[in-house]
Amino acid sequence: MFEPVLTRNIHRPDSEKIATYLAYGGYQAARKALLEHTPEELIEIVKRSGLRGRGGAGFPAGVKWGFLPKDPQIQKIVAVNTDEGEPGTFKDRQIVENDPHQIIEGVIIASYAVGASRAYVYIRGEFFLGVKRWIKAIADAYEHGFLGKNILGTDFSLDMSVHRGAGAYICGEETAMLESLEGKPGNPRLKPPYPAQIGLFGLPTLVHNIETLACIPHIVARGAEWFASIGTKDSKGPKIFSVSGHVKHPGNYELPLGTPLNEIIFEHAGGLRGDKKLKAIIPGGASTAVLTADQVDIPMSFEDLEKAGSQLGTGAIVVMDESTCMVEAARRTSKFFAHESCGRCAPCRIGSVRLYETLDRIEHGKALADDIERALYLAENIDGRTFCPMGAALVGFPRSTILKFREEYEYHLLHKQCYVNQH
Amino acid sequence: MLPEAKPKIGNPRTRAMLLSALYIAQEQYGWLSPEAIQRVAQRLQLTPGQVYSTASFYTMFRMQPEGRYIIQVCEGLSCYLVGGADPLIDHLSKRLKIKPGETTPDGKFTLQIVQCLAACDCAPALKVNDELYGNLTLEKIDELLMELSEK
Ligand SMILES: Cc1cc2nc3c(=O)[nH]c(=O)nc-3n(C[C@H](O)[C@H](O)[C@H](O)COP(=O)(O)O)c2cc1C
Ligand code: SF4
Ligand code: FES
Repeated sequence: MFEPVLTRNIHRPDSEKIATYLAYGGYQAARKALLEHTPEELIEIVKRSGLRGRGGAGFPAGVKWGFLPKDPQIQKIVAVNTDEGEPGTFKDRQIVENDPHQIIEGVIIASYAVGASRAYVYIRGEFFLGVKRWIKAIADAYEHGFLGKNILGTDFSLDMSVHRGAGAYICGEETAMLESLEGKPGNPRLKPPYPAQIGLFGLPTLVHNIETLACIPHIVARGAEWFASIGTKDSKGPKIFSVSGHVKHPGNYELPLGTPLNEIIFEHAGGLRGDKKLKAIIPGGASTAVLTADQVDIPMSFEDLEKAGSQLGTGAIVVMDESTCMVEAARRTSKFFAHESCGRCAPCRIGSVRLYETLDRIEHGKALADDIERALYLAENIDGRTFCPMGAALVGFPRSTILKFREEYEYHLLHKQCYVNQH
Repeated sequence: MLPEAKPKIGNPRTRAMLLSALYIAQEQYGWLSPEAIQRVAQRLQLTPGQVYSTASFYTMFRMQPEGRYIIQVCEGLSCYLVGGADPLIDHLSKRLKIKPGETTPDGKFTLQIVQCLAACDCAPALKVNDELYGNLTLEKIDELLMELSEK
């Protein structure tokens, strides 16, 4: 049986309080990191652990730490991404609300390792309870001497503050988040330069998702080898899977990376509601390509999902049963992305709206004869041609539904009504 | 060599406070009126244009007066799959006698549609101001409206 790591405390009463965190061994890893390890050793440990970013892109964390300049004269920053806007994802909200100190401890260790003296938390504006929990946790960490000057009697100092976003999905993209932290509209920046070179206020900045940061204390406490023993070849450690849609028990399930999707759906989430037949699954949030029911035995790892033409993304699994109209699912999702395009570049600003309008026409029986081709053409010309990865994100799911469920689209086109309701 | 840029206005340090300042102004003025924008600009030594461009980018900043209770119904995929989204929106529309995007004449309720409140585990979900409500049914919505009307 796999013992939860990141969520092991969240069901305890008062799990968000520093007293609870300390009672179960909290801040011991920060102590160990600061007193027993050099920054270089910590970077090596994180590299050896195989930890990859949990914010969607899966970049190796230790490698990213190594990108920041070593010169102690250069001020460095850690930026903590709690923007969680990817539809279907609700893991970060749960960690922040129920175990914020775990993240702070990760931030302390990461900051010490890369030589940062300042950490900024960016949190989605809608997460009102999360904001309160962040503020309280940071204040308590200061009071206990885990933040501020000369932490644990060392010469390492770190200040940390919380900044609330204000309702824009794109601000989860790391460079848009930095713009937002600077008080500007959240338009992404061109990369390179990467934030590790030029980030917040022009300073080298390490950006991480909070689930990535929550892994850090455990890696330091239990060792890189322990962490690397969980998971698959290229996907190490525990992962929180947010499961929603047509399952009996929607919720967050923490499991090793590489756990088969059917185990997550049928054992952990209780199988399908009303024991209906499985039709399709979004494996990693609304920007990832759909899987069909016959792919349900796939291991939930970065490499296996990539091989299957999709992505692990945020690990948000949306389960759809046989009653689901795939055209409607795609239409709904593309509406979200059309609304959330930041407007900086034409393929995304205009393309996202045209794609939504096209799918909307098909769904509502008003399609033009070539609308399926049009949707595919739009997807081809958005993907890879945009300023930031939003372009790829917005076409991923709709395009995959056309490729895998084309007969439903054609039925809609021909009969001006839904395939699912007729079969 | 390029001449060094000397910004006359728009201190980056004060600009970083802009989102927080806008939240405070919105709280005080009820919405970000031209007067509120001016005031924030003065206080942070920014131009009204800089303040407006940021304020208008974010959906949580109100650029027009809105109701005391802003009801945001999720129409995301996970909520839709379990019977949420459209039926809830239609129901609220009927009960409040307004369309999504509108405010009741008494200024009490504004109805808005959003996608994914990161509460898909308790879908269908909606938010009223800062409060999240999940596992909704039409009956629960009626109870909620009743409660809010009496406040
Ligand atoms: C459109 C878009 C939205 C994103 N939204 C988020 C988000 O809400 N939260 C997050 O942690 N990362 C998000 N990311 C990924 C970030 O850009 C970045 O890769 C991540 O925060 C890095 O942290 P990690 O290495 O720990 O994963 C988004 C990326 C894109 C392109
Ligand atoms: S791809 Fe979309 S979100 Fe990204 S910069 Fe272009 S318009 Fe903005
Ligand atoms: S889809 Fe409604 S809360 Fe996520």
